[in-house]
Amino acid sequence: MEQPVISLRGATASLGGRPVLRGVDLTVRRGEVVALLGANGSGKSTAVRSIVGQVPLTGGELELFGTPRRRFRDWARVGYVPQRTTAAGGVPATVREVVSAGRLARTRFGMMRKADKEAVIGALELVGMDDRLGDSVDALSGGQHQRVLIARALAGEPELLIMDEPMAGVDLASQEVLAEALRAQVARGATVLLVLHELGPLEPLIDRAVVLRDGCVVHDGPPPEAVGQHALPGHDHVHPHAGPAAEPIRTGLLT
Amino acid sequence: MDILDLAFMQRALLAALLVGVTAPAIGTYLVQRRQALMGDGLGHVALTGVGLGFLLNDSPVWMATAVCIVGAVVMELIRWYGRTRGDIALAMLFYGGMAGGVMLMNLSDSGSSANLSSYLFGSIATVSEEDIVAICILAAFVILTTVGLRRQLFAICQDEEFARVTGLPVRLLNLLVAVTAAVTVTVAMRVVGLLLVSALMVIPVAASQQIARSFKATFALAVGIGVTVTVSGTATSYYADVPSGATIVLFAIGLFVLLTALAAPLAKRRAGKAQAAAECTLDVPGARTAADDVKV
Ligand SMILES: Nc1ncnc2c1ncn2[C@@H]1O[C@H](COP(=O)(O)OP(=O)(O)O)[C@@H](O)[C@H]1O
Ligand SMILES: [Mg+2]
Repeated sequence: MEQPVISLRGATASLGGRPVLRGVDLTVRRGEVVALLGANGSGKSTAVRSIVGQVPLTGGELELFGTPRRRFRDWARVGYVPQRTTAAGGVPATVREVVSAGRLARTRFGMMRKADKEAVIGALELVGMDDRLGDSVDALSGGQHQRVLIARALAGEPELLIMDEPMAGVDLASQEVLAEALRAQVARGATVLLVLHELGPLEPLIDRAVVLRDGCVVHDGPPPEAVGQHALPGHDHVHPHAGPAAEPIRTGLLT
Repeated sequence: MDILDLAFMQRALLAALLVGVTAPAIGTYLVQRRQALMGDGLGHVALTGVGLGFLLNDSPVWMATAVCIVGAVVMELIRWYGRTRGDIALAMLFYGGMAGGVMLMNLSDSGSSANLSSYLFGSIATVSEEDIVAICILAAFVILTTVGLRRQLFAICQDEEFARVTGLPVRLLNLLVAVTAAVTVTVAMRVVGLLLVSALMVIPVAASQQIARSFKATFALAVGIGVTVTVSGTATSYYADVPSGATIVLFAIGLFVLLTALAAPLAKRRAGKAQAAAECTLDVPGARTAADDVKV
């Protein structure tokens, strides 16, 4: 049987001395599009950051492309879109400069060749930002900025795309563009793990949804339909021990 | 008599030129990752090296380089490990470095207070033959690093987490940035002085940012501004008999003010153009307006 692209088993992680992941199992197979859902603070970003090696696991196992994370070096196969922060660099940079950084996964210390430059333009075409090559990223709207960050991840032509809330603060027009870009990636065989607040225009693309709450997986299966109107399938059975303080999962999807 | 006929002025101008290139070059990366004042801290630490040089009768420039590199490595280690107490640890390092330097100078026979102030504020008349050789070698290192690794350094300074996920050796590159900043401090020490080194790493970059829109242009223009102010400041310092470091820094601030004034109308024009473009594309019935698009 083929190795899963991401295999996370019983993962635990702490931040600032507080357990944030408390035994997360997450498997993503080749060609799958998996959405990671959950309320704010449920540990979605931490899970994703541990997968890309930015948060150390205190327990459990992680394999990428069948290789234990510790021995995994093939980062050109992974494209990462971090959760957007307000922190832009202290110096202006153009769209082309930012997206070219994504190509370093392939070029490393080598030269930027013609094929690399074309890949950068190609990634920008995918997100409909190729007409803004020379613009400063500070001059972009939230949605355009997010498209640039996705193009940066795509510039390395990754097999696995990991995106943390790519749709947060993005206008509907940009969401449609991003859904289209993602569809093209899936069509060429890419595997996708993305953190979402609501499924939105991406819904038809998503094969499976994993819902986190307080650092635990409370749902792993088909994506919930009509988010916000119905509870998730099996909601009441999955975590019968949830305390009174625990909020229903759907709240997390609405926020 | 032309100032280029004087051997010491030739040396001073060459040193000034190299400072004008190197300080803004590494400064662009420091400003980008919001460590604008790192050079200032390293300048403090370098004084201990200068003091050691005097005490051991060794070259102050090479001793300052060695001590400053150690300081830079310690700073990076503090950044990695010393999350909460980081500030305090850095304060210890900086003020310890400065106090240590003053003390060591005082203990040595040749370290007078005139000497001390020439290192603190720069003094072009004192750039020796030996200094200029060291400055050339160190400047070559800084230029090779900041230009040769510009794409990699840009990536780690722009978004460190993303750069790590591309598989770049980010820790090593961070260390290289710190070491390069340390080396630049000693390149600049003789001309602008340890207390004003950081100004030349930051002000030309700030001035350049007023009109540049790309990283590349910011870098190039900052170097251009750096060279302009260091060379003209050094010449002025000779003719008007004023301290070189202070003259250079004041020139840089002058250029910053000038470019800021020029930038306002430029920005207005660009904003007007962007506005016009936005209006055209949004003129679709039922399309969302720019107001729906949340600004970062
Ligand atoms: N650097 C940090 N130090 C301490 N706690 C953190 C840190 N980052 C996140 N946390 C905490 O970890 C929990 C999970 O955060 P996160 O994974 O970002 O959640 P999500 O992405 O699902 O909103 C939150 O309670 C958050 O407050
Ligand atoms: Mg998050």
